[in-house]
Amino acid sequence: MDVARDLDGALASLAAVPGADVLNGGTDLMVEINFGRKRPTAVIAIDRVAELRELSKNGTVRVGAGVTFTMLLERDHGSSALREAARTVGSPQIRNAATIGGNVATSSPAGDALPVLAALDAMVHLRSSRGGRVVPFRAFMTGPKKNVRAADELVTAIEWNDAGPAQVFMKVGTRNAMVIAVAGLALVADRVRGRIGVGLGSCGPTILRAPLAEAFAAGLFDEAGWRPFAPSTGACAEFGALIATAARPIDDVRGTAAYRRHVLAVMGARALARVAPIERTA
Amino acid sequence: MRIELRVNGSMRAAEARDGESLLSFLREELALPGSKNACEQGECGSCSVMLDGALVCSCLVLAGACAGKSVETVEALSTTETLHPIQQAFLDAGAVQCGFCTPGFIVATNALLATNPEPRDAEIREALSGNICRCTGYGKILEAVHAAARGVR
Ligand SMILES: Cc1cc2nc3c(=O)[nH]c(=O)nc-3n(C[C@H](O)[C@H](O)[C@H](O)COP(=O)(O)OP(=O)(O)OC[C@H]3O[C@@H](n4cnc5c(N)ncnc54)[C@H](O)[C@@H]3O)c2cc1C
Ligand code: FES
Ligand code: FES
Repeated sequence: MDVARDLDGALASLAAVPGADVLNGGTDLMVEINFGRKRPTAVIAIDRVAELRELSKNGTVRVGAGVTFTMLLERDHGSSALREAARTVGSPQIRNAATIGGNVATSSPAGDALPVLAALDAMVHLRSSRGGRVVPFRAFMTGPKKNVRAADELVTAIEWNDAGPAQVFMKVGTRNAMVIAVAGLALVADRVRGRIGVGLGSCGPTILRAPLAEAFAAGLFDEAGWRPFAPSTGACAEFGALIATAARPIDDVRGTAAYRRHVLAVMGARALARVAPIERTA
Repeated sequence: MRIELRVNGSMRAAEARDGESLLSFLREELALPGSKNACEQGECGSCSVMLDGALVCSCLVLAGACAGKSVETVEALSTTETLHPIQQAFLDAGAVQCGFCTPGFIVATNALLATNPEPRDAEIREALSGNICRCTGYGKILEAVHAAARGVR
């Protein structure tokens, strides 16, 4: 057991014991330990590392890996979609402990921050005692609970270009609180850069983008000169349908593949109807 | 490993087993059985404590990582024979049946009222969404929190 005081200390410990388990909020790792699925031989706690708790916003937004979902609700990071995603995570007890870095490192297809990070084209900052690297989120996660993080690396921060207020996160679950997503969707319309991003959660082995739907929506925004507009019902339905075709869902205990496609189409249509009219500044 | 931390205002030290949760540490090593163990996966809230001022599930906290931290359990709320106003409100409203969930609800309610002394129904439901009760149907719990809010104020 090693309680890291600063980032260098954490990286040195991780370099010394590369198989060690990193402990942040513990909301994923402790469940594994409590149920005997994991018997860690070495644990490095990083929850006191102040550098990992920093959050800055200045054109680009940088959120330290140790920022909790409660902090994402309380502090200004400019992403209303990430705030909406944070609000749906677990319960107050879970949000007070669970971190964005833990969500990213766990890389569950149901991780609620992840569709937003995909839609924002966020970058994952990794550091080891060997040095640092930056990986686009879309290349970071490679499968269910699989990612490119090396055993001696820490996720230190997530960074993205501030995309403005036209963004939304939606999640369908079996009840309101404490629920793993049946399907999640994030839509970001960056009016300044002329960019549309869509991220889909719980709809495939990784977080999916929806390139056809993104191109379709970009066409609509282009026509409107990237100014706020009210899309037609038909356009929203078309957007939703394109999103549903991007999904690669499975049948599982939380829902069938067909139901997931259906809710994605519905959420997609609603997301576009909600985001397109949002003013340029919040 | 031996860890020392502040529990309900006093420094306590004991041996934490490998992988032991704070919940188990409080109950087994420090003989504080107020925090309950039902699910050990963060779903039920019966193990709720305040850790460095934040409401968390103690079953999801690694005891070994708590050296030097400060924990407040339900036991901190009343050290004498008189109940804390929140505890009294739960009793009076009939919000306690088997009582297993009660300590967790009391700790979570205390955390809520500390920041929001006059919560609306929706705010109470949100604040207590991490606590499960299989007996009361929650109606009486809502009443109790409103009554406690009036009492604490
Ligand atoms: C009751 C309950 C409800 C939940 N509800 C939701 C929900 O609604 N939505 C959702 O998305 N998730 C949910 N979760 C899952 C969990 O809370 C999240 O995935 C959370 O973001 C994990 O963060 P953590 O800091 O607690 O991670 P930890 O448990 O500390 O770590 C998780 C994993 O990531 C590794 N790790 C953590 N931080 C780093 C880092 N900086 N660098 C490298 N590796 C790291 C750890 O070694 C571990 O393998 C829930 C969990 C519980 C118990
Ligand atoms: S025992 Fe901790 S939440 Fe259920
Ligand atoms: S009173 Fe029995 S679980 Fe709540």
